[in-house]
This record gives sequence, C-alpha cells and structure tokens, in this order.
Amino acid sequence: MSALPLHAQVINLLAAILLLLAFAMLTQRRVLSLIDLFAAQGLALAVSTGIVAAYTGQAHLWWSAGITLALKVVALPWILHRLIRRLDVKWDVERLVNVPTTMLIGIVLVVFSFNLAVPISQLSGTITRATLGIAMASVMLSFLMMITRRKAIPQVIGFLSMENGLFFAATSATYGMPMVVELGIALDVLVGVLILGVFFFQIREQFDSLDLQHLEKLQEGE
Amino acid sequence: MIEILAVLGFPLAGAAALAFTGARREAPAVNIAASLATLVASLALTARVFVDGPLLALDRQFFVDPFNVFLVALTAFVGFTTAVFSRPYMRIEERHGRVNAARLRLYHSMYQLFQFTMLLALLTNNLGILWVAMEAATLATVLLVSLYRTPASLEAAWKYFILCGVGIAQALFGTILLFFAAEKLLGGGGGALLWTALDGVKGQLEPTVLSIAFVFLLVGYGTKVGLVPLHNWLPDAHAEGPTPVSAVLSGLLLNVALYAVVRCKVLVDGAVAHGFARDLMMGFGLLSVVVAAFLLARQKDAKRLFAYSSIEHMGIMTFAFGMGGPVANFAALLHMTVHSLTKSAIFYTVGHAAQKAGTQVIEDIRGLLTLSPAIGWGLVLGTLAILGMPPFGVFASEFLILTTAMNDAPWATPFLLVALGVAFASVFAKVQPMVFGEPTTKRLPERPAMVPVFVHLGLVLMLGLWIPPFLAEWYRQAARLIG
Repeated sequence: MSALPLHAQVINLLAAILLLLAFAMLTQRRVLSLIDLFAAQGLALAVSTGIVAAYTGQAHLWWSAGITLALKVVALPWILHRLIRRLDVKWDVERLVNVPTTMLIGIVLVVFSFNLAVPISQLSGTITRATLGIAMASVMLSFLMMITRRKAIPQVIGFLSMENGLFFAATSATYGMPMVVELGIALDVLVGVLILGVFFFQIREQFDSLDLQHLEKLQEGE
Repeated sequence: MIEILAVLGFPLAGAAALAFTGARREAPAVNIAASLATLVASLALTARVFVDGPLLALDRQFFVDPFNVFLVALTAFVGFTTAVFSRPYMRIEERHGRVNAARLRLYHSMYQLFQFTMLLALLTNNLGILWVAMEAATLATVLLVSLYRTPASLEAAWKYFILCGVGIAQALFGTILLFFAAEKLLGGGGGALLWTALDGVKGQLEPTVLSIAFVFLLVGYGTKVGLVPLHNWLPDAHAEGPTPVSAVLSGLLLNVALYAVVRCKVLVDGAVAHGFARDLMMGFGLLSVVVAAFLLARQKDAKRLFAYSSIEHMGIMTFAFGMGGPVANFAALLHMTVHSLTKSAIFYTVGHAAQKAGTQVIEDIRGLLTLSPAIGWGLVLGTLAILGMPPFGVFASEFLILTTAMNDAPWATPFLLVALGVAFASVFAKVQPMVFGEPTTKRLPERPAMVPVFVHLGLVLMLGLWIPPFLAEWYRQAARLIG
C-alpha cells in the first residue's frame, strides 16, 4: 500500500474524528456537551473543507468552509446555547435507552454505509474519495440519534449533525456543490433553526417541558 | 422571461407587504390580490410557452416546458381560490377566538411565501435549488400548521418538521450523488445540476450511482408526497393546521413533491436500462394506495379522513407515473389536476362544516344538508367526485390508469380495484351521516365561501366530460416529455 500524501492523510484523520464525534453524540447525555460536540464536528468539517480547498485551488470551497465555520461552529451553537439558557433546561440530563444496544446498531450502520459507498467511491476522482463511506456513516448515525432521542433539542442537534454528514459527503465526493446551492442550503438550515427556536417556546408554553413524550397523543388511526 | 420574474415576484412582494400589514382588516384582500396577480402572470407564462414552446431563461437557471407550466398554472389557480376561501374562513376563526391579529399576520405572510417557494421549485432548472425550495416550503408551512398553538397542532407541526426534514435530507444526499455522477461529464461548475444539461447527457450517466441516488431521492421527496411508510406527518399536519393550509398542502405541495420525483425519474430512466425507477415507484405507489384505503375506515376526524384520501390518491399518481408510457402519464397528469381541484374543494367545505359544528369529529357533524344546503351539497358532490364516480374527472383518470394497468401490470389491478372499493365504502359511510340526519350545527358569523368550491367542482365535472383540446394537447406533450 503506497503512502498517501500528507493532505489526504489529514483529511482522513478529520473524517475519522467526524465519525468518532458522531458516536460520541449518540451516547452523550448532557445537552450542553452535545452542543459542544456538534460545534467540534462543524470545526472538523470546516477544516477538512479548507484543506481540500487549499489543495485543489477551488475558490468556492473556501467560501463553503467559511460558511460552515460561521454557521455551524459559531452561529448555531450560540443560538442553541442561548435557547437553552432562556428555556432553562441546562441540567436536563436525558436517560438514554440502552447505550450498548445503540452503539451496536451504530456499528452495523457504519459497516452498511461502507459497503454502500464502495462502488461510488471507486468512481470518484477526488483525493478524498475514501471518506465518502465515513460521511455516509455519520449521516446514518445522526439518523439513529434522532430516532433514539426523546427530547426536542437533541433531536434537532441530530438533524443538524446529519446536515454536517451530508456536507462532508458533498466535499469528499465532488469538491462541493455549486455555490448558489450551498448558499441556499445554509439559508434553509439557519431559518430552520430560528423557526425551531420559536417552536421550542411554543412547546414549552403548552407542555412545561421539552420532553417529546408529551407529544404522543396523535396516534395512528385515532 | 419577464413572465417568470412576475410569477415569482408577485408572491414574494405579497409576502413582504403582508409581513407588515398582515394583521389589518384589508390583509385578506391584499392576499387575494397578490394571488390573483400571480395567477395572471402564470397564465401569461402559460400562453408564452404554449406559443413558443419550452423556454430557458436567466442563464439557464429557469426552465419551463409543458410539464411544469401546467403545474405552475394549477398552483397559481388553487393558490388564488384558496386565498378567496381563506378570507371568510379566517375571519370566522378570528371571531371564534382561535387566532389573533399577530397570528393572522404570520398566516398571511407565510401563505404568500409558501406560494413563492412552490413556484420556485417548479420553475427552477437547478436540482439543487429545487431542493432548497422544497425545504423552504416545509419551513414556511411549519408555523402555519401550529398556528392555533393547541397541544395537538404543536405535535403535528413538530412531526411535520422533523419527518420532512429528515426525508428531505435524504433527498439532498440523492442530489449530491446526482451531482457527483454528472460532474464527470459536465464539469464541476454550476452546469452539472441543471436539469436540461443532465437530460442531455442522461444516457452516459453512471448507472450504479444513479440507482442509489434515485433511492435517496424517492425516499426524500416521497416523504413529502406522503408515500407509505413515510406518510406519518401528513394526516396530522392536515388535521391540525387551518383549513386553507390543509387545502394547499394537499392540493399543491404534494403535487410539487411528486413533480420533483418525476423529474428525477426521467434522468434515471435514461441512465439505468431496466425499469429500476419504474418498479420502485409502482411498488411505493401501490403500497400507499392499499394502506391508505384500509386506514380510511378507522378515521374519526373529518380532515384526517380526507388527508388519508390524499395519501391514497398520491399513491395512484405515483403508481401511474411509475408505470410510464403515454397513456399512464397522461392519466397521471389529469389525475394530478382533478385531485388538486377536488381535494381543495372538499377541504373548503369540511372546514366550514367543522366551523359550524364546532368540532372536526365526524360523529358530531350531522345534518349539513338541512341547515346549510350549499355546504352539504358541496361535501356530497366533492366526496362523490374524489371517490371516482362518473361523470367527474377523477373517474376518467382512474379509469385510464386502471385500464393501462390491466395491460402493463396486470398483477397490480386487483390491489387497485380492492383499494378503490374499500375507500369508497369507508368514506361514503362516514360522509353520508354528516350530511343527512338531525342537524347539530350553528350559524356562522360570516357568509361561507362557497364560490371556490363550486368553481372547482364545476371544473372537475367538465374535465370528466370534455377535456379542452389545448389542455389535452398539453397533457400529451408533457406525457411524452416524461416518457
């Protein structure tokens, strides 16, 4: 096996960190730490996008890295922290259902994603193609996180972390989407989080809690 | 070109204006005026495309062909009639104390923004922007679903947001894969996500990647179409939001999402030889029809009942588009039109009926015909139309779909027939006591808006008896484009 160039190695390292963070988020019980993990994931994403930009000289990737940094490392964690302060749910420790089982399902998902990614990454000409499987795995893990969490804020963080995985897939497989699309996606994410902020207060007002177990009245066929 | 800008500009300007003035007395009129302007602009655009043929504008960013221009016209039309309906409806809601001035402002502004996002999704040539617009349409409607701030409506909105958000994230992944396949042929610039460019090279796109991409796209946009098993958000969002929102969700948003799926299917069909997309769409469609038809019998809420009926009809359309071929596509397009018109008309009448009865529970709505013949007849005729009774247009399209299925996919016809029969029995059994029987209803403080209902039903009746030649020609062209 020939040695990879340094930048590719760094990107692979960052990809591994991204996946590790996704697993950490899956098992993290405190909401505040969850936000920090999300910010760290955003940082890893921004740095790897920056490295790809520096290596390939694609100008729009710099923009993409900048947007990621501004939105996912600074703006969204800040909004979420503020929300949590205002909602006063800081010490909301969530009891997770059966962490080992979740981890095992997570591992199965990772294996599945790697298998799914093999035929695609073989076709890719980018330096970062090996990371496509990792990107897909972190999307799947975020998905799992959304399913297993009962509270509103962890679900949203799961959703945002899924977006991170998708962006990572976009940079690693294709060197990023066209600029206009990336801007649109960033706008959607930002507006979505703002709307969710409004929404949290509405839920809180009605139920005095952000536990989504209260939201299980509308059952199928009733 | 100027028409496209007008079609997109009017709702955007309307949204901006209503963001400031939406709480005033004249806001409904502004809402109607903006929707009317959009309708006029879309008719002008339609006329232009009809005369000049397909149109690429603004550095290829917008693309109009017979397939989407007909949906633009339909969207603008139903958007306009729903705005007309929402004027008395929302005033009654205000009198009943369910909304206040601030929420009306939000409602009016978001209504126009929602129109804008749907028209953008239809007109754009860029599959990335299509995704952005679909997501924006969700965001615009989330706060409308929770407008009443009741526990049930908050739950519905949350479910809507999370499920559609997750779904649409899958569609983004599909779009990324599509871009990845196209970038090799078209270069990494902005061109590789343009549908027209992709359509030109679809024969050379990598089949493996496109198959995987289509699975993600179908699951993603399929969530918004309301395909079983991704349909969970749909009945809740329809039942708990204000009725005009239910009408546009059912009549328009589901269509636009299906439009996105069909656009992607065209590309995949070009790249993947054996009918991969065809089988997937037929399977999902048929499953939706059957499951929704059997769930209809268990519904106790009038708006949920018709929401399940929407799932069933979207399933029929997905099945027909999946089957493909000129006749099935023609029928699916016709079905899209008549379903939009009929279902929104039904929601208008059900909305008013619920206001009169003070509840959406089917058992508590009785004797509509006695006290308010217009609402009662509207509901009876609308229900008969949606259940596929001749001479309404739904009968024509369902008949075409069924006969084509007998030929192309005989295994599917028994399922379809049984599902349609079950749907008929359950819906009719529920609606019949609502309109006959001892009246339980009270008087409304405003005159209900019955004109849009009968205009819609009149159009559906006309489409069942006679399709105007230009419309038929249009459907045929669009059906050929889809292949």
